Amino acid sequence: MNRNGPVALVFHTLFLAFLLAPILVVCVVAFTSQGYLSLPTEGLSLRWLKAIGDNPEFARAFRDSLLLGAVSSTIAVAFSVPAALAIARHQFRGREAITALFLSPLMVPHIVLGIAFLRFFTQIGLGGTFAGLVLSHVVIILPFALRLILAASTGMDRSIENAAASLGATSWTTFRRVTLPLILPGVASGWVLAFINSFDEVTMTVFIASPETTTLPVRLFLYIQDNIDPLVAAVSASLIFMTVAAMLVLDRLYGLERLLVGRGQE
Amino acid sequence: MTAVDAHKSLAKSLIDSPDTAADSAPPPRPERRPLAPYLLSLPALALFAVLLLVPLVMTGLLSLNSFGFYTGIQDVWQLGNYIDIVTDDYFHEIFLRTFRIAVVVTLLCAVLGAPEAYILRRMRSPWRGLCLLIVLGPLLISVVSRTLGWALLFGSTGIINTALMAVGLIATPIEFMYTETGVIIALTHVLVPFMVLSVWASLQRLDPQVENAALSLGAKPFTVLRRVVLPQVVPGILSGSIIVFALAASAFATPAIIGGRRLKVAATLAYDEFLNTLNWPLGAAIAMLLLLANIVIIVGCNRLVERRYKQVFE
Repeated sequence: MNRNGPVALVFHTLFLAFLLAPILVVCVVAFTSQGYLSLPTEGLSLRWLKAIGDNPEFARAFRDSLLLGAVSSTIAVAFSVPAALAIARHQFRGREAITALFLSPLMVPHIVLGIAFLRFFTQIGLGGTFAGLVLSHVVIILPFALRLILAASTGMDRSIENAAASLGATSWTTFRRVTLPLILPGVASGWVLAFINSFDEVTMTVFIASPETTTLPVRLFLYIQDNIDPLVAAVSASLIFMTVAAMLVLDRLYGLERLLVGRGQE
Repeated sequence: MTAVDAHKSLAKSLIDSPDTAADSAPPPRPERRPLAPYLLSLPALALFAVLLLVPLVMTGLLSLNSFGFYTGIQDVWQLGNYIDIVTDDYFHEIFLRTFRIAVVVTLLCAVLGAPEAYILRRMRSPWRGLCLLIVLGPLLISVVSRTLGWALLFGSTGIINTALMAVGLIATPIEFMYTETGVIIALTHVLVPFMVLSVWASLQRLDPQVENAALSLGAKPFTVLRRVVLPQVVPGILSGSIIVFALAASAFATPAIIGGRRLKVAATLAYDEFLNTLNWPLGAAIAMLLLLANIVIIVGCNRLVERRYKQVFE
């Protein structure tokens, strides 16, 4: 009875085409055999993908992005786990205010954070350093990690912990051997979501990155502002391929819908 | 609980997850160590105090300083930057344009995203998962890559113009690059998944049997849509609109690439003041106004939506 009519299906097809068109165009242009931008392209080749190798600054930015994402999400998770446990299982004065504070970076435009961090880091001598990038990324990705870890710790069965405690385990042992394994799915997916958000961030990072220490999206952005050529399409396309691969793995492991919407439906 | 949470705030809607702490009370349990929660959240609290509150306060103070081309930043306290912004037509135009773009993008996202979420919900199992992946997937792809795609499509020899001219709809290429139309199209593409997410969350609470009941009582499909489905998803559309509006008004990368230097919005204006003109106090004042507008809109609209649709949330 609840089926989509022909009008709905046409709308749906156009909607998907709208969403996919710019992404597919980037991927097609990446394989052009010509030395300039042309669509439709006449021949296919891998020359532009190979050209990425001749531009070491992209490779270096990519490596820095990976490292930055890994380090800052690990730190964000390390700060989030105790905070999530406190919020999830204690009733205390200021609990709502603390939760709101931890989630507040989502409400502050990244352009404002970029300006604020630029000013702050220049004053304390961290301007243009990798440490500055890490610290700022920890702040903006912590809410993403916290939310998923919070969800995992709220749904946890406390009686197992009580059993461990009554059998004589210290609170550290209980945490390490009982609590942590139980909330591990939330911790792992929180880490992944934090990593993705760090890896894709451009608006804030463009203010605090320096030519020596920069991320791939920032390098791409600055390059595109000067000129658009098949090389940036090739870099973007490789990024898209990697994201799609990561997405498929994530979907298998955790469920993309669950990660983005909350509880899955099926 | 999932959908209820989804509407509560921008923060939650952005990455909703079930049963969050702020709403579900923890199990009542005698507190043996009343200091424990504070000690547990202390590291993150200290981190946020130093790395979030201090930089924001410093930016607020910076916005009160003055700037001279030969003297640099002057350590005086005055409201000159704010007065400049409020009285100068150049700034009026940019803020008005930012507001206009954000409104149009929000409307387009609502018109496109809400029906799509409804269609997605009515799809059957393998297709639904696949289509949801296509709709939500772009959220994980860098904004720069997605905007680059539009820049490639938009060029005067780009696919869109070539196709429109081949069909005979237009005689001369339409200017998309460096125009508001171009920025609006690209921003709608970047932000529409948030609207689908928000409406999708509110649809989860709609029992399909209610629609069937209305149909079996003789209502026409359009009546069911208007009288049964729409009232349930309006809160989802509204909270999605808050997110989209807030993100569109402060968007940076997309307007910077599509709009370029010629078509400035508030965020690219602040960027130019900071990194090109080097007038940091003025840039900081623009940032403060953006932050204030963002918070007023998010908090104010959330209040309004929650009060108006109280019965739906409870």
